[in-house]
Amino acid sequence: MKSLLSLPRRAAAKIVGLAISLLVRFLTAVRADWRGIEPVNRQRVYFANHVSNADMPMIWSCLPPNLRRDVRPVAAADYWLKNKLRAFVGPEVFNCVLVDRRPEARDSDHDPMQNILDALDDGSSLIIFPEGNRNMTEDPLLPFKAGLFNMGKARPDVDLVPTWVSNVTEIMPKGEVIPLPLICTVTFGEPIHVDDGEEKDAFLRRAENALVSLAPKDDRL
Amino acid sequence: MTSTDSEILGLFIGVCGLLIVLTLVGEVLGMRADDDNPVVETFKTRVRSWWVIVTLFTLALIAGKVGLLVLTAFASFAALREFMTLTNKRRADHLSLALGFFVVLPLQYIFIGFGWQALFTVFIPVYVFLLLPIVSALRGNSDRYLIRVAETQWALMISVFCVSHVPALLTLEFDSYPADRSVLLIAFLIMVVQFGDLLDFFFGRRIGKTKIIPGISAKTWEGMACGVVSASIIGGLLAWLTPFGVFGAMAMAALASTVGMFGNLVISAIKNDRGIKDWSHLIPGQGGFVDQLDSVIFAAPIFYHVTYLVWM
Repeated sequence: MKSLLSLPRRAAAKIVGLAISLLVRFLTAVRADWRGIEPVNRQRVYFANHVSNADMPMIWSCLPPNLRRDVRPVAAADYWLKNKLRAFVGPEVFNCVLVDRRPEARDSDHDPMQNILDALDDGSSLIIFPEGNRNMTEDPLLPFKAGLFNMGKARPDVDLVPTWVSNVTEIMPKGEVIPLPLICTVTFGEPIHVDDGEEKDAFLRRAENALVSLAPKDDRL
Repeated sequence: MTSTDSEILGLFIGVCGLLIVLTLVGEVLGMRADDDNPVVETFKTRVRSWWVIVTLFTLALIAGKVGLLVLTAFASFAALREFMTLTNKRRADHLSLALGFFVVLPLQYIFIGFGWQALFTVFIPVYVFLLLPIVSALRGNSDRYLIRVAETQWALMISVFCVSHVPALLTLEFDSYPADRSVLLIAFLIMVVQFGDLLDFFFGRRIGKTKIIPGISAKTWEGMACGVVSASIIGGLLAWLTPFGVFGAMAMAALASTVGMFGNLVISAIKNDRGIKDWSHLIPGQGGFVDQLDSVIFAAPIFYHVTYLVWM
């Protein structure tokens, strides 16, 4: 697929990608806090909390360029194929792995998990949001969907890295138009793996806890 | 090249000489110490940051008014961002915070650019002080309302109002002091305050005994006294930059340095309250813009007004 894209289109994708990462870094001064792992190029699945559409570009922008080249966000096909601009930005700039969340719209041979496993077998790292949807509640996290467990079980060598994105709700609360240029931190925690014989629910609770424990303590009122 | 430009270059060369010495000291210490001694590494990162700050600042001074306004407006933006990240806010404050970043900040620097003193000295303390809380109140959430609006006002006063009094010095006109020399007055203020801080740190380490606020700041009375005296001597040596004369320059330097050091204590108290060590990570080795600027932030408005009241 990628080799079929014409050269100018690929160049445009590179430039747009650079522009997005600079804009995100200017607006949010986003900082990566590598607390549990080093920023080295190993195959990883970064699983993150999801409160706004800015989460994915934020994580993507604060990865060092050599890691960013090999990372593919897993994203919803219904969102990223909605119009031509999104179809350019999602699949070509961010190199997203598109999965369809709506069972009724899927082709009979389309298995979302297979797309994801194919991307892992190509050697790509992934960014996923295991809550499935944006979290609009007061709780820090929604219960995780099974996808993370299935990935961890099918490809046990891959590091599953909890990734906490802070402050995004304050930068752009739902329904507001102007983003505030506040400082945002992306914290990468210690990787986890699915243990032998670990049940799905037990693993998902463990993954949720690993992620929530990265949230910075807030002393404000 | 005007005489002001050559004096700026002269200052730049002098400060560069000092930085070269500090860089060499860092290299020698680095060779003598173990490979990754954290103290030496911090020292070297700090000296490197100083090179960047001195170069940017000199370029801005040479570029004159517009250069200085752009540089200080950017410093305000960075400081405001650090401050606002830590304040209490609700969704109801979103619009007033956005106005703070994208309307209040640029307007303050535009007023200074045009030299409208009657406006830029009251815009944030009066107009913004009264009008922004209205915007927050109209959104109808009174949870912790006073804390929210008070912290927003503090953020704007510290990061925008105070910082903007550095370029505001350009608007002062003295008899027998050519208008284009007022950039040198800015160089004077920054240098006496920063060197005073540096020497306070140095003497505090050597002979400091009595902590001023134990548990909040490492500053000592002994270090502070030495720092202020040193700043005053440096001010006397740099008196040729100012319209104050030697003794006037020494007094102004001592005043700015004293206010700046107590300002540093205020900022430390805020950091302590919010449980942070630095305001951000944006200046390598030094923390954030507020950490770097704290003493200048407090010194600038006082320096501006005393200059206005006494020397004009």
